[in-house]
Amino acid sequence: MLELRNVEKVVAGEYHIHPTSLSLERGTLNVLLGPTLSGKTSLMRLMAGLDVPTGGTLHFDGADVTGVRVQDRHVAMVYQQFINYPAMSVYENIASPMRIVGKDRKTIDREVHRAAELLKLTPYLDRTPLSLSGGQQQRTALARALVKNASLVLLDEPLANLDYKLREELREELPRIFAQSGAIFVYATTEPSEALLLGGNTATLSEGRITQFGETIRVYREPVDLVSAKTFADPPLNTLDVTRRGKDLLFGDRTILPVPAHLNSIPDGPVTVAFHPHHLSLEPRPSSVPLTARTQVSEITGSESFIHLEFSGTRWVLLTRGIHDIDPDRSIDIFLDTRHLMAFAPASGRSWAGPAHEGM
Amino acid sequence: MARISLDHIRHAYGPRAEAAGDYALKEVNHEWADGGAYALLGPSGCGKTTLLNIISGLLHPTEGRILFDGRDVTKLSTRERNIAQVFQFPVIYDTMTVYDNLAFPLRNRHVPEAEVRKRVEHILEMTDLAGMATRRARGLTADQKQKISLGRGLVRSDVNAILFDEPLTVIDPHMKWVLRSQLKRLHRHSGFTMVYVTHDQTEALTFADKVVVMHDGQIVQIGTPAELFERPSHTFVGYFIGSPGMNVMPVEVEGARAMIGDQSILLPGAPRTEGALRLELGIRPEFVRLSREGMPISISRVEDTGRQKIVRATFCGQPIAAVVPEDEEIPADPRVEFDPAAIGIFADSWRVEMGS
Repeated sequence: MLELRNVEKVVAGEYHIHPTSLSLERGTLNVLLGPTLSGKTSLMRLMAGLDVPTGGTLHFDGADVTGVRVQDRHVAMVYQQFINYPAMSVYENIASPMRIVGKDRKTIDREVHRAAELLKLTPYLDRTPLSLSGGQQQRTALARALVKNASLVLLDEPLANLDYKLREELREELPRIFAQSGAIFVYATTEPSEALLLGGNTATLSEGRITQFGETIRVYREPVDLVSAKTFADPPLNTLDVTRRGKDLLFGDRTILPVPAHLNSIPDGPVTVAFHPHHLSLEPRPSSVPLTARTQVSEITGSESFIHLEFSGTRWVLLTRGIHDIDPDRSIDIFLDTRHLMAFAPASGRSWAGPAHEGM
Repeated sequence: MARISLDHIRHAYGPRAEAAGDYALKEVNHEWADGGAYALLGPSGCGKTTLLNIISGLLHPTEGRILFDGRDVTKLSTRERNIAQVFQFPVIYDTMTVYDNLAFPLRNRHVPEAEVRKRVEHILEMTDLAGMATRRARGLTADQKQKISLGRGLVRSDVNAILFDEPLTVIDPHMKWVLRSQLKRLHRHSGFTMVYVTHDQTEALTFADKVVVMHDGQIVQIGTPAELFERPSHTFVGYFIGSPGMNVMPVEVEGARAMIGDQSILLPGAPRTEGALRLELGIRPEFVRLSREGMPISISRVEDTGRQKIVRATFCGQPIAAVVPEDEEIPADPRVEFDPAAIGIFADSWRVEMGS
């Protein structure tokens, strides 16, 4: 188990990482999700021992490893850029970490073939990395990280430089590869959809802080605050500042929604409600409420349409199945499915969604 | 703005191309409408960047001609073609302010300063950079710099075409949504001819009126997003467009029935398959319905992606994916049905028509 106890990193008087406590279990996949400069790489460098924290301690299986050099830890890293030895064959690239620690020839051969099989590299073992596609080059880097038999494997946006379709394929394979290893995997990405496909646990990051950590699908469904909800939304989250009065939610002085049953515990007064684009639709649904918005642009992918809207000065996106090419600057009826409505306190941004969040 | 004609263009990087396989770009013969928004979509090495560079004049094709509004520009340089370009990584002057960076392409062409101001302010607002107009570009983040690059591509109003080469690669997902919809609005208002190269289907499909799908140096289909989704003309288009891509499985065809394993699937008509060496059935995961009726499958995994679930299963020994909306339950002991209208039959990878 890797434990961060109040780990922080201050550079030139500025927090790059605010005091952070986090426990990662063996055999788990942990996604660090956040935009550029939210602290993903800084946090990974601290975990790896590439940087020393300015405060707090790191523990591995109980032992304090703060300040232990990266060479003396069981850490493997995979970066966004494909880093391989260009003059060596794929076989030698994968074998290199085992040669360094002096493993015997038979073990090396067995491990290289096992990793190559897992990462579909067996036909390419005699080739050099530069003669391979980007996806195969990154698989080679992954295979090398796996044979190191590290107890902590850090992957910093490993798929960012790959084609969309290759990413899709590797994302599907990675959870299986990780599951067979038993190490702690930490995986940084800017893409919410990637976190959801990988599963495991997710920590949402914003401005050098972990805003929430938990099982990926639960963090997505039950964000503890507005920042976490926004970090974990693609297409972007829709929000609206309203006021609760009794059974109604008012926008300005106009009632626009009834208070849904699951939000009954929120107090009267101002509240920020939020919902995902696919909870807006063009046709009524059993638990939906009609609203009127102005269209801006329709984007069509063939299977789905993204309709950009303006609702009283707020930008929203509606995501629906099928093809709906709606002219811009039209006033249209839309329907909000209130079953999934989220509510946040306007000042703190804390969730008001109910008992699911207690204790976080 | 210009209509772009690609007249029997082929390109080989080697000095002497003989076999078809020597060409990085096999024959392209198309005409793109004035004011159209086109996306060139395909994986690395498919020839899309080669084609873009031929349009921009960075590369002169081995064979064929390129015409703007009927005028042969094959031998002209990028500058003589009067084209604006936006690249994958920011191309800006670090020592200049954001404002001066945006003004540069205009001042370079001696546009009056009052007009410069008007255009630059419009772009500043569009790219959300108004607050940092007077800052030097040096200290900005990668995505802010790339927004300046985009702005520089869009600032001139007199270009024949604007070419984008994977312009949103370094942009964070949230900002992508904003920039994409702004680009689309800008296209509607300006009537620029735009060509956008990407490997990202969402970017291509949401940006373009017509998507040009490329594979192995060839254009395999040009179509609207709806056409590519509903009627892919090649199994590659079926695979490349859609997440997950189309399910493709080998079949035998007898009249208006497709056989796979011990299953017989009724087709909307009898496909014309004479002389084909290899027949496949294609069905998108969105049209594979899980129900209590239908054909047996065995589910291997369910991926919950938040707004939908992707069910991975085995059907007659073949892997198959189905998409289930967020609020729909997956039945216990499920079976599958294919929406007949959504089934395509492919002979040697190309879609065949179904007779009646």
